[in-house]
Amino acid sequence: MPLSIPKEEFMEPGHTACHGCGATLSMRYVLKGMGPNTVVSVPAACWAVIPGAIPNRTLDVPMVYTPFAATGAAITGLREAFNILGKEDYNVVGFAGDGGTADIGLQSLSGAMERGHNVFYIMYDNEAYMNTGVQRSGSTPYGAETTTTPVGKDRNFKRQRKKVVADLMMAQGVPYVATATIAYPEDLIRKITNAKNVKGPKFIQILSPCPVGWYYPSEKSVEISRLAVQSGVFPLFECIHGQLKVTRQSKPIRLSEYLSAQGRFSHMEEEDVRNVQEYIDERMNFLLELEQKSGK
Amino acid sequence: MIVKGLIDPGKHFISGNFACAEAALIAGCRFYAGYPITPSSEILERLSSRLPMVGGHFVEMEDEIGSMAAILGAANAGLKSMTATSGPGFSLMQENIGLGMITETPCVVVNEMRSGPSTGIPTRVGQGDIMQAHWGTHGDVESISYCPNSVQEMFDLTITAFNSAEKYRQPVIMLPDQVIGHMSEKIVVKQPWEYEIVPRLTISSRKADDKLVDFSTDFSPMFLAGTGIRGNFESLTHDEMGYPSNSSAVEAKMMNHLLGKIRDHRDSIVEFEKYETDDAETLLVAYGVTSRVMERVVREGRNKGLKIGLFRPITIWPFPDREIRKLSKRVQRIIVTEINYGQYSHSVRENSDAPVEEMHFPPGAVPDPDTVLKSISKPAKQEKHRREKGK
Repeated sequence: MPLSIPKEEFMEPGHTACHGCGATLSMRYVLKGMGPNTVVSVPAACWAVIPGAIPNRTLDVPMVYTPFAATGAAITGLREAFNILGKEDYNVVGFAGDGGTADIGLQSLSGAMERGHNVFYIMYDNEAYMNTGVQRSGSTPYGAETTTTPVGKDRNFKRQRKKVVADLMMAQGVPYVATATIAYPEDLIRKITNAKNVKGPKFIQILSPCPVGWYYPSEKSVEISRLAVQSGVFPLFECIHGQLKVTRQSKPIRLSEYLSAQGRFSHMEEEDVRNVQEYIDERMNFLLELEQKSGK
Repeated sequence: MIVKGLIDPGKHFISGNFACAEAALIAGCRFYAGYPITPSSEILERLSSRLPMVGGHFVEMEDEIGSMAAILGAANAGLKSMTATSGPGFSLMQENIGLGMITETPCVVVNEMRSGPSTGIPTRVGQGDIMQAHWGTHGDVESISYCPNSVQEMFDLTITAFNSAEKYRQPVIMLPDQVIGHMSEKIVVKQPWEYEIVPRLTISSRKADDKLVDFSTDFSPMFLAGTGIRGNFESLTHDEMGYPSNSSAVEAKMMNHLLGKIRDHRDSIVEFEKYETDDAETLLVAYGVTSRVMERVVREGRNKGLKIGLFRPITIWPFPDREIRKLSKRVQRIIVTEINYGQYSHSVRENSDAPVEEMHFPPGAVPDPDTVLKSISKPAKQEKHRREKGK
């Protein structure tokens, strides 16, 4: 099969991310899918500092910073101005982390999606506030240790389940919603291309493993990303105008393979793992049910 | 009362942020709601594990608006509460700080100053929120803001801040800069009973025609939600019964109470430190980490025969106006040194009889004392008339 990943690069050497950063690959693939006529808007996030220190600038597309709480609103302004200035063909992309999307940015995101602007919103999900030192976010999964859910003697790990923003977006009726991850770049870029053909707001959640916050060796980011999909922790799907398609796993693996590869779950006991499995099954059933209903 | 789980009395070598967290527990803080932001995140992280040990509750919120609203909620229910943030988060908290002012809800907000505006340099020092600590929220308020210049003071002033919050019943601001929060120093923790801790005065019952707040006294006991007492924490202009009103006469009465309770007790709130000011001809005004640099400037300047002294406000607000006025009558010039582009200098000039010069340091670094001393050693410049008209 010929390689479907465009050769053009819109991200050059010189970024300031940590070794093995999943979020840099996410941006690289997203831009490959978007092409040169793209503007990226970034709130407070790892990606606010990744573009590079003097004299490097790693992105070949313009980047517009926005306050933490305002990515959805910032892309609204950009989009509508571009339309008036005759630049309808420009892709306006909000590129925010999980904290900036699931927590502080949710109101702004929901507003932009509801108003129906022709924008992309990419949530690069590294499942905690990595830029400020690994504090829990709404998108941190059950069981994870972070600096504000320190395990210690009281086993004070995160007890709440992950808030999956992609599910919220489906519930809100956003015309294009998908999940993707860096282990499957062809799938990711195909989803960007599909999204481009949909008019209106587009939301894609990209799981972007973080060696610093998930405690695993930095060369394993892509591997961990693949394990997350194969174990069912992060199911891949695409939902276009309410028509949901869930990617089936040809080679499913045991959940423990995914959990044991990361230090943040190292404290987990059997019961905790069962809780995670229960959640995974529940969510997969929910998605499959939705898929079945949407097919009718 | 002895509480288990507090920091041991004695000597400790800890960071300003950790000192602040530990002091809050001694002061009786049992609820913390916050949101991660550099350089204050260590307070959040420390309390996430420490609060449960003393029977308190820690919540990481979805943003700073939520953090501030949550600590007001906890305070209205009866707990001593705190949040910590930095510039961008402090901006988001402003509306809720104003709410706390009008509902007279005690709580402590730690705003650790970094470089700004906007994201600025998150990991480096700034002193740009001096004015925001007073004028950030809309409407008129009297701010109580403490600015520590050492880890020991960060510890002690956090307890003072909680006490002032309870006494004057309003949100009280801690204004350390990034250096004070991140640096580690030796501190001495006293025995728990050696600290004065102000308890909350509350209403235990209320008859239908009893006042909810007594505007005729500055220290009115607080009504708490969830005690069976009927009443509102009213954000609209309200009278002593807690009922909203459109009348400017009621507004005047309420504001007179809100502002008066701070203005009348200004002398017991204001704290400052003077260093070599008795015969000083040049007076430096500095706070936070800048004041430590200026202390060295004064010491070395004195060795060279320069008659310089230092005035350090510890309460940034209320402004130590009388003290500045008195000193300004006997010095030849005042130089306000701060890591911003001229904020506190406005208030100093307003209250000074001597000419006031400004020395600005760009946020991102601690000023170099040698450079400061060199520029001070030059003869005093005539102050420019700042309000020249022209086209």
